Amino acid sequence: MSHRIIIGLEVHVQLLTKTKLFCGCSTQFGLPPNSATCPVCCGMPGTLPVMNRQAFRLSIEAAVALNCTIAPFTKWDRKNYFYPDLPKNYQISQYDLPFSSNGSLEIETSAGSRTIGIIRAHLEEDAGKMLHDENAGRNDSLVDLNRTGTPLLEIVSQPEMETAEEAKAYLEAIRLLLREIGVSDCEMQEGSLRCDANVNLHVAQPDGSFVATPIIEVKNLNTIRGVERALNYEVDRQAAELERNLESGYWQIDTSRPGKFRDYNIVPIAERRADGTLRPVSKATAGWDERIGRTEVQRRKEEASDYRYFPEPDLVPVTVDETLLAQIRQELGELPAAQNARLQSQYGLTAYDAGVLSRQGRAFVAYFEIVANRCGDAKEACNWIINDLLSTLNERKLDIKLCPLPAESLGDLIREIKAIGLNKQRAREVYADMIDTGESVKQVIDRKGFKPVTDDNQLLELVRKAIAANSKAVADFKKGKTKAADAIKGFVMRETKGMANTETVQRLLLEELAKV
Amino acid sequence: MLNLTATELLQKQAAGDLTAETIALAYLQRLRETEPRVQAFLTVDDADVLAQAKAIDARRRRGEPLGRLAGVPVALKDVLCVKGQRTTCGSKILRNFVPPYDAHVVTQLRAADAVLIGKTNCDEFAMGSSTENSAYQITHNPWGHERTPGGSSGGSAAAVAAGQAPLSLGTDTGGSIRQPASFCGIVGLKPTYGRVSRFGLVAYGSSLDQIGPFAHDTRDAALLLEVIAGHDPRDSTCVNQTVPEYTRMLDQKLAPLTIGVANEYFGEGLDPEIEQFVRDALKVYERLGATIKPIALPHSPYSIATYYLVATAEASGNLARYDGVHFGHRAETFTGLIDMMKKSRGEGFGTEVKRRIMLGTYALSSGYIDAYYLKALKVRRLIRQDFDRAFADCDVIVGPTSPTAAFKIGEKVSDPLAMYLSDIYTISANLAGIPGISVPCGFTKAGLPIGLQILAAPFAEEKMLRVAHMYERETAWHTRRAGV
Ligand SMILES: [Zn+2]
Repeated sequence: MSHRIIIGLEVHVQLLTKTKLFCGCSTQFGLPPNSATCPVCCGMPGTLPVMNRQAFRLSIEAAVALNCTIAPFTKWDRKNYFYPDLPKNYQISQYDLPFSSNGSLEIETSAGSRTIGIIRAHLEEDAGKMLHDENAGRNDSLVDLNRTGTPLLEIVSQPEMETAEEAKAYLEAIRLLLREIGVSDCEMQEGSLRCDANVNLHVAQPDGSFVATPIIEVKNLNTIRGVERALNYEVDRQAAELERNLESGYWQIDTSRPGKFRDYNIVPIAERRADGTLRPVSKATAGWDERIGRTEVQRRKEEASDYRYFPEPDLVPVTVDETLLAQIRQELGELPAAQNARLQSQYGLTAYDAGVLSRQGRAFVAYFEIVANRCGDAKEACNWIINDLLSTLNERKLDIKLCPLPAESLGDLIREIKAIGLNKQRAREVYADMIDTGESVKQVIDRKGFKPVTDDNQLLELVRKAIAANSKAVADFKKGKTKAADAIKGFVMRETKGMANTETVQRLLLEELAKV
Repeated sequence: MLNLTATELLQKQAAGDLTAETIALAYLQRLRETEPRVQAFLTVDDADVLAQAKAIDARRRRGEPLGRLAGVPVALKDVLCVKGQRTTCGSKILRNFVPPYDAHVVTQLRAADAVLIGKTNCDEFAMGSSTENSAYQITHNPWGHERTPGGSSGGSAAAVAAGQAPLSLGTDTGGSIRQPASFCGIVGLKPTYGRVSRFGLVAYGSSLDQIGPFAHDTRDAALLLEVIAGHDPRDSTCVNQTVPEYTRMLDQKLAPLTIGVANEYFGEGLDPEIEQFVRDALKVYERLGATIKPIALPHSPYSIATYYLVATAEASGNLARYDGVHFGHRAETFTGLIDMMKKSRGEGFGTEVKRRIMLGTYALSSGYIDAYYLKALKVRRLIRQDFDRAFADCDVIVGPTSPTAAFKIGEKVSDPLAMYLSDIYTISANLAGIPGISVPCGFTKAGLPIGLQILAAPFAEEKMLRVAHMYERETAWHTRRAGV
């Protein structure tokens, strides 16, 4: 049975503020447990939250970059649930009036680019961490409240991604965007970017309708690659589960509850209870086990959790005025999607090349633009940067901002290569030397003696000498093996340390061979 | 000395007739003598009180400038955090809670060189109208041993009425300052919501709670309010607005003065004896040239229902943190986390607190929130509009503080609804966020005090105090002292 995959992502990113959302504690990662805490983030009786304006500003920047509509008036709500990593036993979040909604994000996959809708982005406080100490037969649970109160931006996508690859691309695009505008460092390993994925299948039926498998929320996704793997696994698992359960009669297609999704009809699944009655199969959560590469479906909840949201009386509503928004829009600068488009139109780069450059970030693109303008050949600049510079940076684990070769120097190198007809091998030698010594392209070329041989008479002399020294190749050439000319040409290039113009050599060689 | 007001204590110290230490010693002595009968205090640290007083005297001797309340003892309701001092909220669950910070009002009092004399009894987490819901003791009304002092700030009211402290602070969520003030024959003032920082006040109903003064007269109340009011960046709901000099303007009569009288405050359930004294008070104002104008507060019949949805909903969140995990009482024996939380809360909270947590949780639950909590928010807005309209036509609204004088201990404990009704005239001020004051306006035949409530528009405390003071100057009710 053919099916459509429906994926929606809930992404949480920690904002790059120095202090927490409602108190002055540090948000630095990796501090000793419970050292970055105070009475406010510990939820001690009588303490009150005070909003961190910088956190609010950063989240507006993120929402603007995600093309969201910013609400002129937003408020805080309490989300009530009991858990030891949440000292107040409620989380200050946003419920019915989030500060932003209705955005979009452009993603790039092998199939091209697509726009994914964003339902909303809202700000909330992070919870602490539970640590389980099972050393020496102990069975203690410990709580670290350092993370409690860290500003967290929740971005909820529309259920519009149709492949695991798209989900991966969506996460990569969010990460790039938020890093670029300095809102979050988006380190999944450190938990500053977290993702829960909602996934299910719509399986085509002969009558043209679709059967919807129960939605599974996959949690514990710690890497972007893990998200892709988990979703691929979950898609296969759901397809197999549906087939198995329909066949055994445990599940039935519940035509009594038809629904609509986009422009087509869907019907849900019901399960047969012991007494023969049918009941809907509810949404469930599943944990992803990266090690064994499987999702583990946890118990299905009978009913949705009731968080008893209500307006947070300890905080006042926040208003956002147009002046602030205009200022933020202006200061955001060029975002990755716009940059990508401009690289193609302004520099004539292919979509692929523009994508590679813009994925490396703004500083990298700025570097490219200096090189391209300096050497006057954007395509060549892009090749050098993608092939050579990127591997240099990767080998040395360096950021573009710490690049050992100034963009101007690389531009000079590319221009010089063209001017004197330096071959790729020689050019790479010069490139490496420039990085090692910090010398200019002229200095390196002078020192290495890479003087172009421009005198045709001198070249003619060398060509004749080559013909004389390679009688076998000459004979082969005469028998019609045109390739044999390359060997003779190679002799000339060696004699000139590669500094002869290959086209001139080729022309002279053919002329001389004709005379033999 | 113990019959002096705070203002007089300040004058006598300035004149060299009294020292902070002699004042402190006298009040501690009075406390020791009367406390077995009154039981107003949960914590008194004599050595600490004397040390504070001596330090102030030393500074006075050195000629250093001193604060506005130098050497005046002030008692604090035990929901206000004092750094390093046990703060129980009258609850078993916080029996051993010692906050590492001072409430903002405590910081203000220390800066004014007040002497913090001790922590007073209250209904558990300020939930109640008689102070009988304290997990620790029952406070008795200094005017009648078998009577409650009102609540929830009953300890703070009784302490001032019994001469154990010249001033005290209480908190008012639905009348918890004004009703005990009226029961104990003293002045009690609830400021506008946002006038006083709530930082360090252990929350009950966050959108309703305000801290305010108890005193023997309006001048002392104005003085204490001046000290505690003002902006505090640690409370986002605390308004950044200049604090007027309430004491300086106090003697200026308000003229012209229009007093609004709402029929809704003279309806069924109002003790006729109380009504008579309140009507007499209105005559005093008329004699002073005031115009009495009937006004309507049509939504006030819904105020109790609204209050018990809004306050309890907020309380259900505010009190969720007492779970035995991070602080507060933890059960001795339990199996697993959930059981530990359940047992700790089950053992730590009293009946009324549990009742209100249940009520609030229910009001917020899916399927009920529209009919209860959200409906209550709408009615709250209508109640606020009632007052906005009323204050367009009058300067203050005057009526009884409570429908009865102090009721007997045990009389209403088994009937929560009857207990809730004793706040019927005070509750809407909290819902509307407006200030209110209760001043003594008579005594029943049984010798129990009666309170006159004056309500004003938001941030009109100055006007409200001047109007209260006008009445006080014409009468002597506030000068009567209880003989414990
Ligand atoms: Zn903190």
